[in-house]
Amino acid sequence: MSERLRASFAAARAEGRAAFVAYLMAGHPAPGRTVPLLLALEEGGADVIELGVPFTDPLADGATIQRANETAVAAGVTFADCLGFAREARARGLAAPLVFMGYDNPLLAYGEERAAADAAAAGADGFIVVDLPPEEGGAFRAACARHGVGYVPLVAPTTAAARLAQVAAAADSFIYCVSVTGTTGQRAELSPDIGGLVAAIRRHTGLPVVVGFGVSTPAQAAAAGRMADGVAVGSAIIAAIDGGSAEDCVARARACVARMTGRDGARMRSGA
Amino acid sequence: MSDAAARFGEFGGRYVPEVLVAAHEELEEAYAAARRDPAFAAELEELGRHYAGRPTPLSFARRLTEETGGARLWLKREDLAHTGAHKINNALGQALLAKRLGKPRVIAETGAGQHGVATATVCAMLGLECAVYMGTEDIRRQSLNVFRMKMLGAEVMPVDTGARTLKDAINEAMRDWVTNVRDTHYLIGSAIGPHPFPTMVRDFQSVIGREARAQMLERAGRLPDAAVACVGGGSNAIGLFHPLLDDPVRLVGVEAAGEGLDAPGRNAATLAAGRPGVLHGARTYLLQDGAGQILDTHSISAGLDYPGVGPEHSWLKASGRAEYVAVDDAAALEGFQRLTRSEGIIPALEPAHAIPVALRLAREIGAGGDVLIGLSGRGDKDMHTVADALGVTL
Repeated sequence: MSERLRASFAAARAEGRAAFVAYLMAGHPAPGRTVPLLLALEEGGADVIELGVPFTDPLADGATIQRANETAVAAGVTFADCLGFAREARARGLAAPLVFMGYDNPLLAYGEERAAADAAAAGADGFIVVDLPPEEGGAFRAACARHGVGYVPLVAPTTAAARLAQVAAAADSFIYCVSVTGTTGQRAELSPDIGGLVAAIRRHTGLPVVVGFGVSTPAQAAAAGRMADGVAVGSAIIAAIDGGSAEDCVARARACVARMTGRDGARMRSGA
Repeated sequence: MSDAAARFGEFGGRYVPEVLVAAHEELEEAYAAARRDPAFAAELEELGRHYAGRPTPLSFARRLTEETGGARLWLKREDLAHTGAHKINNALGQALLAKRLGKPRVIAETGAGQHGVATATVCAMLGLECAVYMGTEDIRRQSLNVFRMKMLGAEVMPVDTGARTLKDAINEAMRDWVTNVRDTHYLIGSAIGPHPFPTMVRDFQSVIGREARAQMLERAGRLPDAAVACVGGGSNAIGLFHPLLDDPVRLVGVEAAGEGLDAPGRNAATLAAGRPGVLHGARTYLLQDGAGQILDTHSISAGLDYPGVGPEHSWLKASGRAEYVAVDDAAALEGFQRLTRSEGIIPALEPAHAIPVALRLAREIGAGGDVLIGLSGRGDKDMHTVADALGVTL
């Protein structure tokens, strides 16, 4: 597991709050904006950053992230470019752990072993591969382990109790808990079952559990943060980036994360 | 999940978002139980016979054979099955499974509309709620089938992403399934997707090959030297091929070369021009660029317009047991006209791709031989497309 990830979750826990995990689609709204946006997310208060790897067929994503994928694919952004963004962001001082999030095929095309090795060399810390469940991810997980980057499995509300142990065993840094039976995107209400699902996962692992999918307001983030070790927000940040002129998208993204983390007011507090 | 059952060599598998894993396990178990239950097979056989019109005939193509001058040409007539294509075989099987699973809602994707029509038909007959995802480009090309689905009580869901064709319809159906998995069965229309779909769809379509094999032995007194079928996702081809795998029969799949194999994004010849990757839940050959992005596709036939292919075909190619060739739009149109004029059978544009290859094989094999053609559907739905291509205004 990456030392940066461990330290980041531990620091949030020491402050009595959940880690804030901010999602950004690489290359959206334009490749030249990605590194400034990465830095802005950290300035806004992100503890961990997920950098979306563009794919033509993001079948687990809702409309907002689909459109961001389309923009990035149209701009020709590849996984190799994502590695470049990571390297450049580190060179410009990004300290937060960076996890690539996306689909299997662009990684397969790049080469799984090479993807893990080059991610480590670029200063990235792990992978969340939405369509690579542990049953199919053995080789990639091993490659990640060899190169010291995390392989982050997902748990969903439909994950059978009997399977939780197997999924938890595949984790080496944190577990991504999908809070809704559905695609990514903004929703009016948090799923009421999150607490139970997080508790069920915690029976099988001491690793941090991050809740994501469907968390889009400061109140939802705070509520989810009381139940989990981290809260992931994606579509709301993309919507903020899209909500005005391209020139100001970096400032809007920073403000969005600051609002979510309470940096513009009170910090997210853990009640747990 | 037993790994051996889920894979065809290195191909297949179950590359799905976690939220769908349970549904696939549930489906795998339900299908295994159904296979052990003689009542399931009996119900399917009964519906096949008295609802879908099985067995479909095997027609000897007399004039086409005489004109070609070589092996005898035989047509397995799935165009005569209810709804006009082989798709009904799979729709019946999976809808019966959906009932067993207690899922009142069925969703499907469709390209040419044949699978959508078959699914809407079976849902009407069984009293299931039905939604069919279809790209807006295909809705434009196949307006007749769109209206048929609506008449059958299905909701047609337009898909406006990507190239607005079959691949995009599958993405959107998957998103629906991710959201509604607890009460919904996704009735995939081809031998594609995550395990157990490729195996299950192949089994339901294998009735084509079982019947054709027996009919050849009865009518020709021998097995064919070659069997030819079009391949998009590849369900009719795998249904024809599978019961012949252990026989000395050349198996030839025909993909859509569209505007040419040298035009990336303008063909749909996945096995001829692609390389292995992961899409729609399976490891299989894909049309993709160097960075793993899926390419746009084109074919005159909406049903072949897909950048992936069933994983069992990938394996049959890799193992050498089957061979795959590609036929472009112009040659498919020619095949369409040949069969129509010589035999009085108007094929769908999908199996029209198999005609030129079958004629070539018949000449190569020569007199005394036999070539079996999988005629997967009828061409009524394609009249507008053909008229356009021939410069005729209807």
